[in-house]
Amino acid sequence: MLRQIEGSRAVAEAVGLCRPEVVCAYPISPQTHIIEAVGVLVKSGRLHPCKFVNVESEFAAMSVSIGASAMGARAYTATASQGLLFMTEAVYNAAGLGLPIVMTVANRAIGAPINIWNDHSDAMSVRDAGWVQLFAETNQDAVDLHIQAFRLAEELSLPVMVCMDGFVLTHAFERVELPDQEAVDAFLPPFEPRQVLDPDNPVSIGAMVGPEAFTEVRYLAHARQLQALARIPELAEEFEAGFGRAAGGLVTTYRTEGAETVVVALGSVLGTLKDAADSMWDAGVPVGVVGVTTFRPFPAAAVARAVSAARRVVVVEKAFSIGAHGILAGDVTLALSGLDIRVDAVVAGLGGRPISEASCRGLLEEAAAGSLPALSFLDLDTHLVARELERMVAQRRSGPVAENLLRDIGSVSGSGLAVARPGSQKGAR
Amino acid sequence: MTHDPVRFYQVGSFAAGNRLLDQGQRTEQSRRGRSNSLTSGHRACQGCGEALGARYALDAAMRATDGRLVAANATGCLEVFSTPYPETSWQIPWLHSLFGNAPAVATGMAAALEVKGRTDVRVVAQAGDGGTVDIGFGCLSGMFERNDDVLFICYDNEAYMNTGVQRSGATPPAARTATTEAVGPEPGNEFGQGKDLPRIAIAHGIPYVATATVAELHDLERKVERAMSIRGARYLHVLVPCPLGWASASSDTIRLARLACESGLFPLFEAENGEVVDVTKIRRQVPVEDYLKLQGRYRHLFGDPGRPDLVRQIQKVADRNIERFGLVATGAEQEVR
Amino acid sequence: MFQVRIHGRGGQGVVTAAELLAVAAFNEGRHAQAFPSFGSERTGAPVVSYCRIAEQEIRTRAPVEAPDALVVQDATLLHQVDLFSGVGPDGYVLVNTSHTFEELGIADFVSKFRADRLLTVPATEIALRLLGRPLPNAVLLGGFAAMTGAVSIDAVVAAIGQRFSGAVAERNADGAREAARVVEQERSERAATD
Repeated sequence: MLRQIEGSRAVAEAVGLCRPEVVCAYPISPQTHIIEAVGVLVKSGRLHPCKFVNVESEFAAMSVSIGASAMGARAYTATASQGLLFMTEAVYNAAGLGLPIVMTVANRAIGAPINIWNDHSDAMSVRDAGWVQLFAETNQDAVDLHIQAFRLAEELSLPVMVCMDGFVLTHAFERVELPDQEAVDAFLPPFEPRQVLDPDNPVSIGAMVGPEAFTEVRYLAHARQLQALARIPELAEEFEAGFGRAAGGLVTTYRTEGAETVVVALGSVLGTLKDAADSMWDAGVPVGVVGVTTFRPFPAAAVARAVSAARRVVVVEKAFSIGAHGILAGDVTLALSGLDIRVDAVVAGLGGRPISEASCRGLLEEAAAGSLPALSFLDLDTHLVARELERMVAQRRSGPVAENLLRDIGSVSGSGLAVARPGSQKGAR
Repeated sequence: MTHDPVRFYQVGSFAAGNRLLDQGQRTEQSRRGRSNSLTSGHRACQGCGEALGARYALDAAMRATDGRLVAANATGCLEVFSTPYPETSWQIPWLHSLFGNAPAVATGMAAALEVKGRTDVRVVAQAGDGGTVDIGFGCLSGMFERNDDVLFICYDNEAYMNTGVQRSGATPPAARTATTEAVGPEPGNEFGQGKDLPRIAIAHGIPYVATATVAELHDLERKVERAMSIRGARYLHVLVPCPLGWASASSDTIRLARLACESGLFPLFEAENGEVVDVTKIRRQVPVEDYLKLQGRYRHLFGDPGRPDLVRQIQKVADRNIERFGLVATGAEQEVR
Repeated sequence: MFQVRIHGRGGQGVVTAAELLAVAAFNEGRHAQAFPSFGSERTGAPVVSYCRIAEQEIRTRAPVEAPDALVVQDATLLHQVDLFSGVGPDGYVLVNTSHTFEELGIADFVSKFRADRLLTVPATEIALRLLGRPLPNAVLLGGFAAMTGAVSIDAVVAAIGQRFSGAVAERNADGAREAARVVEQERSERAATD
C-alpha cells in the first residue's frame, strides 16, 4: 500500500512484515521512533508471536538478540551512534558466531562532542566486524532493504545491518510503498537456523578457538561475505520480480554513461547529488552518480565497472578515518587500482551539517575541473579552525576545543536551524 | 543389650553419607544415571570448586527439568577449561558469548522459548564472580528487573582467577590478589562494604535467591530444585573455593567451603520475593582464623608479627553476618534439635 | 517544486503541521517530503519543519533554504529567529497572530513583501475557541491552503481526518476552514485597498 509515512514508521512496518520473534528495544535518537513503532505492533497484537524486550542497554540489546538467535528465533534490534559503540563487543560476537540478526542503524555522529545528528561514523566504526552493511538512499529503500536483509542473513547465517541516515530519513515523512504480508511471506521463508541450541541434540556454541583454527574460522567468515556479494544481486532480482520495484543490489548508477566525473556516495545524500548532477548536465558538464548500497562486503568489481569510463571519481562521505583518509574513498581507490582514474575524498555532512544543493553543485564543479585536493571537507569554516589553532599556540591552557568554537560562533550547539542562520540562534537553548 | 549409636556424620564434616539415606533422599550426584552435564576430561585445576559447583548445580537442574535445559555461559575459567576447541565437556546445549552478557543472552534464549511456546525447555546462565558482580552486573540487574525466566548461577571464587587472580568486586577484605598485593601498611584487598550480590538480588524482589557452597551437596541440589520449580528470575550464589587463587591445598576445597559457612563469613540462606525465608544455622561456630589460616592469600595476616588487627576486623564481618541472618542457633532452638 | 518552512515552538505541533501538509499533497496524488529541523523538539524551544511538494519524485535531502512559503506559528519568534531567511519578495508569509504587523513592530520590515501574500490568522484564538487548547498548527494549514493554493483546503481537511479522530479531527477541520475564510477575506480586503 502506498502511504505518506515517517521513515521510522515505514521501517517498523517492514520489520513487522518480516515477523521477527524477538525484538530488543533500547532508546537512542534518532532510532527511537522505529523501536517504539515496533513496540506498538507487538503490544497491539498485530505482530504475533513476538517477544518485545525492553533492555537496560544496547550491549544487552545485542546480547539478548544473540541468545534469541542461537535459540532459533528471528531476532531484530535497532540502534545508533553511541549505542552501536556500546554494543560493539556483542556486534563482533554476533558476527563471529554467525548468527543472522538484523539490526537497523539510524546513522548518527559519535561523541565527543556529543551530537545527535546524522553522519556515518557509527556504522563505519564497525565496518570490520563481519556484518553485512546495506545503506538506504530513501525510505522506500530502507523498507525494501530490511525485507532483503532478513532473507540474506538467514540464508547465509550472518548478521545484516541496514543503515539509514538518522533524522534525514528516519524522521522524513514521505511516500513509501509498503508491501503486503503475502508478498513478504512469499519472499521470506520461516527461519531455518544453521545452528541451534536444542536439548534433543546438544551442541556447544562459542568454544575457545586457538591459533590452530582461528585463521580458518575467520577465513570462513570472509568467504561467507563473498557469498553474500554473489547472493545480494540475485536477491535484488528476485525482490524486483516479486515486488515490482528495484531495490538492494550492490551499487546503483545514475547518468554515468558519458560522464567524465563520477561521484560515489552512501545513503541519503545521493538524492541531493543526483539533483546536482542534473544541473551539471544542464550546464553541459556530464557528471554521474554511483551509490554504494552494499558497503560490506565491499563490491569492488561492481564499483570498478560502474566508474570505469570516468576519468575522475569524487567520493562524498559522511565519515573519515581521522589522521588518514576517507574510508569509502580508500575502498574505492583499491577497487580502481590499475585503472587510470583519480579518486578524491570529500568529507561532508558531519554531525548533521546540512549538505546544501549549492555546496554539492560547487564540489561537482571543482571535481569536474579537477581542482579538488585528495581530501577536503565540504563547507569547512577555516576561519573558525584558524582561530582555535592560534589560541592553542598562544596559550598552554587554551581550554576545551568544542566549547571554544561555540563561543567563537556566538552560539550554542544547535538546532538544525543552521540553515536559518545559526548566528541568529542566541538564547535558543 | 548394648549397641553403638549409628554415626550419621562423617568425622569433622557433619555431612550425612548417601548410603545411609533412602534412595529417594540421596543426591543426584550419587545417582548412576546422573546427566554429567559437565562431564569428565575438562581442564580445570585439581580441587577446582567451580567445576564441582557447576556439575552439581547443572545435574540437579537437569533432573529438575527432565533434561530440558539450555545454558548460557560467561567468559571465565568455567568456559575456558570446559571447551578448548574442538573438545567440549558440555553434554547440554551450551552457548558462550561474552564476559559481561550471560544474563542478557539467557534472556534472549528465554524470550525465544516463550515465543515458540517451548515451556518444557528451561534456561540457566552461569558466570564467575567477575562476570556476575562486576562486568555482567548491568545485564544481571536488567534480567532481574524484567523477571525473565532464567536461573542465574554465580560460582563465586572471589577474584578473577582465569586471568591470574586479580581482585574483583567479590574479593573479601585483606585477601591477597595480583592487584591487591600483600605489601605496604594495608596489605591485601581494602576493607570496604564489598558487593553483596545475594542481598542486591533480594532487593530486586525476584522470586528466588539462595546461597550455597560446594560443601553442602544436599543443600545445593535442593536449592537448585527449588529454583527450577519457580518461573521468573532466580539467583543462586555458590561459594566455590579456588586452590590456585586462594593458595590452598587442592584437598581442602570442601573443607574451606564448609569453614566459610561455619565461621559466618558466608551465610547460607534462601529468600523469596524480596524476603529471607530460610537460614541455615551454624552447627559448630569456628573463629575466622580456622578458615583464613588454610589459605595462602591470607598468609600475611599470621605469623610474626602478623596482623591480628586485620583478623579481628574480618571476625567483625563474620559477627555482623551472624547477627544479620541469625546464623547461630539460640539455646531454645538448639534444644529442639 | 513548492517549498515550505514552518516556524514555531516545541509543543505547538510544528512537525505535525509539516506532516499534515505532506499528507494533504499526497492525498492530491503528488509527491511530498516533510521533515523537522532535527533535535530541538523541546517544549518552548524554537522549532523548524519543512515540507516540499512536487509533481515528481523529490530526491534532495537538503534543508529548505529558499522557501516559497513561510508559516509562523508563534509570533514571539519574530524578534528572536531570522525567520525570513531565504524568502524572496514573491514569497508567501502566514503569521499566527491577532495583532497587526504595526503592533508587532515589523511593519517596515515586511513592507518589502507582496501585501496579498503576507497575511495573518488568529489561529491560536480559533484553536482555543474550538479545541480548548492553544494548538494552532492544523488551523493555520487551512489559511495556508487558501493563501497559496499549493494544496486544497479539502486535502488539508482530509489529512486532518487521517491524523486525528473524532471531535479533535472535526474541530481542527472546522478551524482550518475558518482560517481559510479569514485568509480569503483578508486577501480581498487587501486587494480592495491596493
